[in-house]
Amino acid sequence: MEEEALLPHLFRTEYRKMVSVLCYLFGIKHLEIAEDIVSDTFLSATELWGMDKPPENPTAWLYTVAKNKTKNYLKRNALFEQKLAKEITYTANEADEIEIDLSEKNINDSQLAMMFTVCNPCISVEAQVALALNLLCGFGIQEIADAFLTNKEVVYKRISRAKEKLKSANIKIAQPSISAIDERLESVLTTLYLLFNGGYYSVSQNTTLRKDLCAEAMRLTYLLVENEQTNTPAVNALLALMCFHSSRFDARLTDNGEIILYEDQDETRWNSALIEKGTYFLNQAATGNRVSKYHLEAGIAYWHTHKEDTNEKWENILQLYNQLLQIEYSPIAALNRTFALSKANGKKTAIREAEKLKLTDNHFYYSLLGSLYINLDSAQALQHFQTAFKLANSIADKATIRKNIDWLITEKTVANNK
Amino acid sequence: MTEFLLVFRRDNTTKEEQPSPEQMQAAIKPWQDWIGGIAAQNKLVRPPQRWSAEGKVVRANNLVTDGPYAEIKESIGGLIFVRAADFDEAVEIAKGCPVLAWGGNVEVRMAVSPAENS
Repeated sequence: MEEEALLPHLFRTEYRKMVSVLCYLFGIKHLEIAEDIVSDTFLSATELWGMDKPPENPTAWLYTVAKNKTKNYLKRNALFEQKLAKEITYTANEADEIEIDLSEKNINDSQLAMMFTVCNPCISVEAQVALALNLLCGFGIQEIADAFLTNKEVVYKRISRAKEKLKSANIKIAQPSISAIDERLESVLTTLYLLFNGGYYSVSQNTTLRKDLCAEAMRLTYLLVENEQTNTPAVNALLALMCFHSSRFDARLTDNGEIILYEDQDETRWNSALIEKGTYFLNQAATGNRVSKYHLEAGIAYWHTHKEDTNEKWENILQLYNQLLQIEYSPIAALNRTFALSKANGKKTAIREAEKLKLTDNHFYYSLLGSLYINLDSAQALQHFQTAFKLANSIADKATIRKNIDWLITEKTVANNK
Repeated sequence: MTEFLLVFRRDNTTKEEQPSPEQMQAAIKPWQDWIGGIAAQNKLVRPPQRWSAEGKVVRANNLVTDGPYAEIKESIGGLIFVRAADFDEAVEIAKGCPVLAWGGNVEVRMAVSPAENS
């Protein structure tokens, strides 16, 4: 690896692990101390490695330095005697004896514990996502702001407020108990789902950043699958959903980061290894008697991995959307359901149903109506696409709608000239 | 928006009126498409509950009988709660109910808010 790239890479992969382990050790009240020690470790690395060559084993070097810094901190700081000693999770008489365990198992345990701490209902879902990215994924404030197309100040405020709340509520960082899993796994899954969607659907042009976001969401979901207690059907369904979506990551973007619509995608660019993994986790999810929204969404995503337009495919997708909407309404699910309806039951039925949706401030609604009217009533189709064009905000959306408008106008001219 | 109760009734007892297993299978899609369509308009109040076909009727003097209900041939097949602006809209939704194709009917009732209750 290039030397300039080494530290940022290590920061991305190791920062979060070290912070989790130290937080796990210190408790949430001393979150800043953990963050300071780890930042300080990286600062030392920047200084020393810049002057000299990086050490043989850079990760081990970072861990050793972090351990030493922690021990030194504990030794010299009176705080340890007064406060930390009582709260510290590990029993130790002297700072020297404290074992800072950076084994893979303890890193995973710490991250899992942190996940349940971060996803505490005392902070908002947006804050949970930002905090998860910051503490569990090692994303900087700027990166989080870029991924969610907001500014640094907003993200900074959101994160510091969330940290304050967790601290004042003194939320424990511990291996989740069975009851905590029952209570909070749902919100952990929501956060991971949003984290993934943040990367997958973001209009940010930074493809690498978006991929990282998706990969991080998958890594954390996989931690839940690997843990016996959290390995529930819904977790497997969510991971399956992520695998199916990611399998199309490369196929759905042009080199410039523009979206390629599903129908226009080159299916040879779909990642078959990820589709296989998704199918595996979807099978794993097929136990128990509760159908979560992740099961339904994974099912929909599964059928989308079949490129060919069969009646079976669209009938299944329609029924899955019917069920999904009964559990949880969303405008996008309503629109997608209507699209599936047009494929399964015909365009005329779909138009009647679409007109009942009345999502009149949504450009996707008019784009859907426009595409349903193609070949049935070109004038109506054109009118709907023009309304969609007026409502769309992003350049990418406008460009997609423009293509349809241009195509309809050309068709009309060709027809008139015949 | 007000909540409305839609109750589906049909003759569940007369032998000649009962669907074959194939017809039962084929009936699932219209129901799912109808309810999915209501949900897509964000007018479904809560996920529908399915009810078993058997039932019991309780009367005064501890008189409990199993269904079928000899004197009221129609029994409740199911019910859903929907959101609608007024009766007209609720009735419009009910008109799509697949029970109608089976000779059944839909009773539409409007929720009464606590203020109107007194």
